Amino acid sequence: MTRAWSRGGIYLILVAFALFYLMPIYVLTVSGMKPYKDVSIATMWNLPNSLYFGSFVEAWKRVSPNFWNSIQITVPAAVISSLIGSMNGYIFAKWRFRFSNLLFLFVLFGIFLPYQGILIPLVVSLQSIHLYGSIPGLIFVHCVFGIPITALIFRSYFIGIPTELLDASKIDGAGFFGIYRWIMFPIAMPAFAVALLWQFTSIWNDFLLGVVVLSNPNLSPVTVAVNNLAGSYFVEWNVQMAGALLAALPTIVFYLALGRLFMRGLLAGSLKG
Amino acid sequence: MADRLNSRRILSARMSRRRWLSATGAFAITAVALQACGGQSAPAATQAPAAPTSAPSAPTTAPAPTSAPTAAPTTAAAPTTAAAPTTAAAVTAAPTTAPTPAASTSSLTVDQNVKGKLEIFSWWTNGGEVEALNASYSVYKKYFPNVQIVNAAIGGGTGAGGNAKAVLKTRMLAHDPPESFQVHLGHELIDTWATTGYMEPLDDLFKSEGWTEVFPKQLLDIASANGHLWSVPWNIHRANILWYNVKIFKDVGVEPPKTFDDFFAVCEKIKAKGITPLALGEAAPFHTAHVFETVLLGTLGAEGWIGLFTGKTSWADPKVTQALNTLKKYFDYVNSDYLSVQAGDTATLVVKGTAAMVINGDWNNGQFKSENFMANTGFGWAPTPGTAGIYDALADSFGLPKGVKNRDAAVDWLRVGGSKEGQDAFNPLKGSIPARTDADKSKYDAYQQWGMEEWTKDTIVPSFVHGFAAKESWTTDYVNTMNAFAAKKDVAATQKQLTQNCQDAGVCK
Amino acid sequence: MSASSLKGRERDLATPLPTTRRVARWLRSDTLIAILVLTPSIIAVAVFIYAFIFWTIYSSLVLWNDVNPDYTWVGLRNFVRLLQTDRFLIDLHNILIYTVLFLVECIVVGFLLAVFLDQRIKGEAIFRTIFLLPFAVSAIVTGVAWRWLMNPDSGIDLLFRSVGLGFLHSNWFTDPNFGIAAVTIASSWQMSGYVMALYLAALRGIPGELREAAAIDGAGVIALYRYVIIPLLTPVTYTVVVIVGGIALRAFDIISSMTSSGPAFADDTPAFFMFQTTFQSNHFSQGAAIAVVMLILAAILTIPYLINISREVEG
Repeated sequence: MTRAWSRGGIYLILVAFALFYLMPIYVLTVSGMKPYKDVSIATMWNLPNSLYFGSFVEAWKRVSPNFWNSIQITVPAAVISSLIGSMNGYIFAKWRFRFSNLLFLFVLFGIFLPYQGILIPLVVSLQSIHLYGSIPGLIFVHCVFGIPITALIFRSYFIGIPTELLDASKIDGAGFFGIYRWIMFPIAMPAFAVALLWQFTSIWNDFLLGVVVLSNPNLSPVTVAVNNLAGSYFVEWNVQMAGALLAALPTIVFYLALGRLFMRGLLAGSLKG
Repeated sequence: MADRLNSRRILSARMSRRRWLSATGAFAITAVALQACGGQSAPAATQAPAAPTSAPSAPTTAPAPTSAPTAAPTTAAAPTTAAAPTTAAAVTAAPTTAPTPAASTSSLTVDQNVKGKLEIFSWWTNGGEVEALNASYSVYKKYFPNVQIVNAAIGGGTGAGGNAKAVLKTRMLAHDPPESFQVHLGHELIDTWATTGYMEPLDDLFKSEGWTEVFPKQLLDIASANGHLWSVPWNIHRANILWYNVKIFKDVGVEPPKTFDDFFAVCEKIKAKGITPLALGEAAPFHTAHVFETVLLGTLGAEGWIGLFTGKTSWADPKVTQALNTLKKYFDYVNSDYLSVQAGDTATLVVKGTAAMVINGDWNNGQFKSENFMANTGFGWAPTPGTAGIYDALADSFGLPKGVKNRDAAVDWLRVGGSKEGQDAFNPLKGSIPARTDADKSKYDAYQQWGMEEWTKDTIVPSFVHGFAAKESWTTDYVNTMNAFAAKKDVAATQKQLTQNCQDAGVCK
Repeated sequence: MSASSLKGRERDLATPLPTTRRVARWLRSDTLIAILVLTPSIIAVAVFIYAFIFWTIYSSLVLWNDVNPDYTWVGLRNFVRLLQTDRFLIDLHNILIYTVLFLVECIVVGFLLAVFLDQRIKGEAIFRTIFLLPFAVSAIVTGVAWRWLMNPDSGIDLLFRSVGLGFLHSNWFTDPNFGIAAVTIASSWQMSGYVMALYLAALRGIPGELREAAAIDGAGVIALYRYVIIPLLTPVTYTVVVIVGGIALRAFDIISSMTSSGPAFADDTPAFFMFQTTFQSNHFSQGAAIAVVMLILAAILTIPYLINISREVEG
């Protein structure tokens, strides 16, 4: 009897939270489906009068040229930084040497760098290595700034791998790269899911680095295009929200595709600490 | 044992690899599908030219654009070599006709020899502004067809979290200036970029284009610094306008107020009918500062106002206290959720009839029209209480940064923007009025024509909130101080802070 | 699977090989390889993160208050001035409240939802997807949506009023004293799904025998969680503190899109102040000083994690 009550209670709470999580998305979607004259704070809860896709069409027109740029930036950056992170995590977890823990903390602290404060030296250093204003330059920046978090993810994951496995393969003659290629890399797939998801989301949604490193508007990521939907003195809310939803779609799709793998990755201990 | 472990690993690796591949495959297909639906093919990503490795030494003297017109401008080479700007003696502007000072004829002629890229930085990304910018681009392309225009606009210029300014500053400090950038005429430009040596003075350009004849002298006086002129105004906006809903005024039976007492009487009548008299949106620090500017102007008058920024009028003056108290009374008549509403949404409140009046610059003209709210049938306007005959001006302008890659094209951009044709193409769409006094009135709407009349008669004063009267840090402090006032309404503390702000800006002692 | 059915290198691994002396040599040279492979990342971090940090520290110790850098040394003057600035004191107050509340909300809600989802719920996948959806939305979009939702006349308060819960109405982020707490609701809306996923995975990793053992010992549900499960999850909590805490300390996007630092700085944060003072007021040194303070706060945040690492037992 109490079991049924408690299970019912659990469902109730879960549904309540689900509504809480969906509430803002509802407002965004509904506003994106109204024409400009119908959209306002006062009517945010009202369903649209009719099925109107004009705002989405308008937003798509202005935002789509930058989609390809975002893909060109995000996919390579996420993949490369995950690979680098896996290598670093492997080293920090399994190849202990004199200062390895200290170096790990050294790298970890990089998570806290406030981007707004270092824009000027960033641009100047990119200029000096001829990477300023180009997409490879932005990929490079994201990879470098992704080193700390990916190292954390993979290190936590690899710590959970029994060292006996490595010892066994060392006896079998495998060296540093051998162990990585034949043991660590294959079993790190779930950790890759965690790292890729995190990196993809943060790089796709990044605005500041994209707008500063890429001054050429033809190369700007989609976040800059969405920002440009706003005018200086007033904002067309319907287009703005439609644009925001469109920009969030790839991340949502990516998450849905990787979702199971992601859960498995967390299951296996990435980010366990 | 080892090989069983091994093979299990390989098997599981293969399986997760397969899932991983299918995930990326699904994603790639979705991405391509999304892209295909867009219709626009991915633009051939033109790589921005690699920035010059060493900061090119800025030309020490700004060469007069019309000096020694050599025949074929060798400037086509300028964008590629970093050393070019120092050999700027060869730079010319108009190759053929010597521009006449007579304002009625344009000095622009088609010039096929100007090539390369023209990168224009602004925050005009939407809402009637981008159309106006495109009109300027069209005029430019007409005369300089071989120049490739790069529209480096970034939304979010004004306002607290403004991104455009951050990007511009980063670029300028890293010695990667755009050919020209939008900036408010006046101290926002002067104190940030001109006196610090990043801009070229434009005195000679003004003379050769005849602008000293067509722009009002008052404007040029308050826009110059150290005896020089630093940017070309594309337009003029007016800050001290009271906009009102015509129907509400008719129903309530009131006229646009002329004095503060009139204003409060009108507010009372409107409030009695259950309508919010004045719309205010202080979700971001700005609107209260803007409204207070008009109150200060109405209380102190033109001379007193200008004195605030030269040190002649003290911020501790009792008249300032009086203005603060007047502002405090304004708050009795504003919408209750003013701390959550954005300034840009207040115009809509007037359109919908939720509020009767709003005090904001004349960009509201464009916004009203975009909501199908037309002049004289939908909205009416008047100078804010106490400011009749005073034109509280602000202007969007463009200057010439030092060390740009394509100086010729940049100078031509300025010539286009200051020309009659340029201003008459830009302003009707922007909703502002041209800075030139010889514009073609037929191209402008009802409000703009009224404004243009006033422009030739009124006393022109610089706006505070919009970067004309004071340097950026002072303006930022001001809007933050007034935002605190909007929350706490503490007259004494605010006045003390305003005085402190003036000292921090280095103007008051 | 026999050795012969494996191909190439796989076969080499499967067949055991040589002597301990060769192994010892390999081990030593492999560690060298490891260090060499790690070096590029260390150099990149040293240059692009630490050199920048040192540049920031240096900028905070000079008199750079204009677009033209002025490297006159003034020592700690900027810091002293900062601590006398009302706005900065409000910021410190805000960021502490914000970080603590943000962390508490994420951890409590994330943990609770994970525990519920762990109970073999029907439709667990659907709930999980819904809870993780906000994570895909950027901070800027989150801010815009929640600004609307927290409008006192038409947002959530309207919903409250329409279901008779009008007394729950509040000024949300426009409240001068606790506005920043309202912003944490938006932030934790975005991040708690991710924290939930972390806890759920960790819960799934707890062996069933432990729970059974506890039940045999007579422990009730509360005791089970209090004495067994929660202590086992502390490593996850430390990781959350580092990652989510790092996000909290640098809060900028959500502040700028949701509240623009709120009325009278009610929702201001050091990052926002830094951005405004650097790029709008040209006080570069003051901005750098704020950045240094933020880094110091971040260092404090990593202390629990440091302790955790030093206690680490290799798996």
